[in-house]
Amino acid sequence: MQDNKIPLLEVRSVKKEFFGNVVLKDISFTVNKGEIVGLVGENGAGKSTLMKILFGMKEINESGGYEGDIILNGKAIRFKSPQDALLSGFGMVHQEFSLLPDFTATENIVLNRESEKYSLMSEIFGSRMNTLDRQDMDRRAEEAIKRLNIQLDKNMYVSGMPVGHKQFTEIARELSRSEMKLLILDEPTAVLTEKEAESLLAAMRHLKELGISIIFITHRLKEIVDVCDKIIVMRDGKIVENLENKNVNIRQIAKAMVGREVSSSALNVQNEVDNSSDEVIMKIEHLWVDMPGEIVHDVNLEVKKGEILGIAGLAGQGKLGIPNGIMGLYPRGGNVEFCGKSLPSENPKECIKSGIAFVSEDRRGVGLLLDESLEWNVAFGAMQTQDKYLKKLFGGLIKWRDSSAIEKDTNKYIESLQIKCTSSKQKAKELSGGNQQKICLAKAFALSPKLLFVSEATRGIDIGAKALVLDALKKYNKENGVTIVMVSSELEELRSVCSRIAVISDGKVAGILPASCASDEFGMLMVAANEIKEEA
Amino acid sequence: MSFKENVWEKIKSRAKAFGLPRIIISLFLLVLFCIAPLGGISISQSISDVLMRFGQNAVLVLAMVPMIHSGCGLNFGLPLGIIAGLLGGTLAIQANVVGGASFFVAMLIAVAFAIIFGILYGLLLNKVKGGEMMIATYVGYAAVAFMCMMWLLLPYSHPQMVWGYAGRGLRTTISTEGFYSQILADFLDFDIFGVNIPTGSLLFFALLALFMWAFLHTKLGTAMTAVGSNPVFARACGINTDMIRILSVVMSTALGAIGILVYQQSFGFIQLYMGPFYMALPAVSAILIGGASVNKAGITNVIIGTFLFQGIVTMTPSVMNSLMHTDMSEVIRIIASNGMILYALTRKTEVVS
Repeated sequence: MQDNKIPLLEVRSVKKEFFGNVVLKDISFTVNKGEIVGLVGENGAGKSTLMKILFGMKEINESGGYEGDIILNGKAIRFKSPQDALLSGFGMVHQEFSLLPDFTATENIVLNRESEKYSLMSEIFGSRMNTLDRQDMDRRAEEAIKRLNIQLDKNMYVSGMPVGHKQFTEIARELSRSEMKLLILDEPTAVLTEKEAESLLAAMRHLKELGISIIFITHRLKEIVDVCDKIIVMRDGKIVENLENKNVNIRQIAKAMVGREVSSSALNVQNEVDNSSDEVIMKIEHLWVDMPGEIVHDVNLEVKKGEILGIAGLAGQGKLGIPNGIMGLYPRGGNVEFCGKSLPSENPKECIKSGIAFVSEDRRGVGLLLDESLEWNVAFGAMQTQDKYLKKLFGGLIKWRDSSAIEKDTNKYIESLQIKCTSSKQKAKELSGGNQQKICLAKAFALSPKLLFVSEATRGIDIGAKALVLDALKKYNKENGVTIVMVSSELEELRSVCSRIAVISDGKVAGILPASCASDEFGMLMVAANEIKEEA
Repeated sequence: MSFKENVWEKIKSRAKAFGLPRIIISLFLLVLFCIAPLGGISISQSISDVLMRFGQNAVLVLAMVPMIHSGCGLNFGLPLGIIAGLLGGTLAIQANVVGGASFFVAMLIAVAFAIIFGILYGLLLNKVKGGEMMIATYVGYAAVAFMCMMWLLLPYSHPQMVWGYAGRGLRTTISTEGFYSQILADFLDFDIFGVNIPTGSLLFFALLALFMWAFLHTKLGTAMTAVGSNPVFARACGINTDMIRILSVVMSTALGAIGILVYQQSFGFIQLYMGPFYMALPAVSAILIGGASVNKAGITNVIIGTFLFQGIVTMTPSVMNSLMHTDMSEVIRIIASNGMILYALTRKTEVVS
């Protein structure tokens, strides 16, 4: 490759802040002509922000642009909109399809760039009256499909296509632009079957021979090792590894992906006291949950009394489905036994009554009454399911809300959890994310549960609040002997709090490890349980 | 901060809580009262009229509250409850229960019908979550149209109600004279400075309002408010949201049924056929003008709203008439009341209660 001296694309110390929150720092890498660069990283590592910058998406400009330089063919560029990026020869295929279902493959591929025929009508009414040159459109579509080196019927309607063909159509659309130089594929294989994924990888190799560069984002590390020339691993907004793909093994990448330096001292404290006994408090057998985006297939898990069990896994693998399914918020099957009794499905009331509380990951949607006072938020669950905070009048005929008891208890939680608010009468929507989360905890504590599910307890809250929330959970476990099952995408957080951590992959338990295990062990379980077997 | 500034701040925050729209409407009403004597209208008579209309309509406005609390929105399907009330009233007369007893018999029958109608109406609304108000409007239309046929076909025979020439089919307007006419309005009523206070009507409303207030302070009432505030939250806390919504619809329908009976006893007539058709919008407007929003409403909103709405609708035509020396009262009444409705439906403000 003679162009090797001047790389096609050079990213030089790019930095991006969202309102004071640094999401990317000092990102530098190069992409040569005809090179496939693999980009991996956990959710939230900054991959998509980086791609948005490359593609000139408007949210980047609207939030104050970025620092650093992007150099294309030796010329510094700064895209103002995706149109600029398209004109410069960038193409991007997103995870979600953006195709018109009732149009054929050809029509989708050349959409808005159709070949046109000049007619008499255009003389009178202008170019809008040009007719379509179907033959030429077919020719161009065929050409694009040929460049991909795949089988695709150009006359097929998108609505009738298998998922893989939709993906190919989308790639072909990008390729049909003659100026195409760099193709960005954002998790293109996530929705494909193994066979389809293989033919996509073959197509990528073919494109590489044609001199098109590709940035390939995926969670499947095996594909990265198979097809890429260079591998970039991102973590916490930084590039932690930038390797040539020679003698690289999956384990090495997995470790780089998850193993992060823990910056906060609060997160660093290992769970020194292990309350767990051998008694099983909850037994989950063959659990399936139909929660959109977090489908659980077959989970078998035993929760021991008094322990803090962590549930880890990448987004969309089903870890969130487990607590939501057990609490009856989504349809589920299988058997869940709690304290020796089988729990009914889709019946939140019975679950709460039997002594389980749930802090939802969807704080604003499920967790809070945003328009009501903190008192209501804290007391409501306990009032409705356990008849707490009620005064019984006329021999229990009327259950009157006991405002003073509610106020007293709310203030108790405000104090013990250090919730920042003007008073217990303040509306929940006026609090910050961290304080809202603490209200959710207080709501769960007010139920005095035997088992507490906490889902993504620290999502979207700042580091100080994080430490407080985690400490509160640990303290609650230690002082009251309450069993806690904590679901989180942040492995380090789980490792600092839990005694055991179950890793969920593809809707199943990939393995259960003690928190003291090395992070690459967890990484292996998270990304590719199957791939390890193949490698071994 | 000096004392004067302090007081000013307090007034400002009070005014903000009361809401600018209500301040403007109150001032307008005050102006009407002030210029009324110029047209030779008696102030005491005007106040009597407003109080009478308040007593007539307040229960119908109160009927809005349960459904707003449970998140079903404004009850545009109020005609359904009103029809239950009409059935109660006509059946009580048909059974020839005379005097005060007829009012209670009418109420019993009306509430029984309202419970049945309310359950069916609630089941329907549970199937159209998010579009309740639109569906409710058409439930109201359909019920009125259906009953237009039924009033003719049902085998009523009491001479006070049926068409004289045919001997069957109910008349459009039926007098409640001899039955429950003025049964509440005349109860303990008295005159003060020439103003007639319809004590019974007001007390009856106060009783129902107290019942509603108390209900909202019970476990069940708390659940209803939470369902309206965030149904997903309520469900996650183990509430059967569908049942709570049906309960709210039944309560709303039953209050509508009682409300129309209260209206009839004061007005003196039962209005059938298209009568119920025109009852929902004024009630909806009154509670909105009172400061309620589509998902929050309190008893205060009901009282303030009914007073302001009925005050304007009573005062505007008579004052305008006397000032312009023409008989335009009906035209002005329509312009004023529909104008108020239009205004109320377009506003979207925060709740004050």
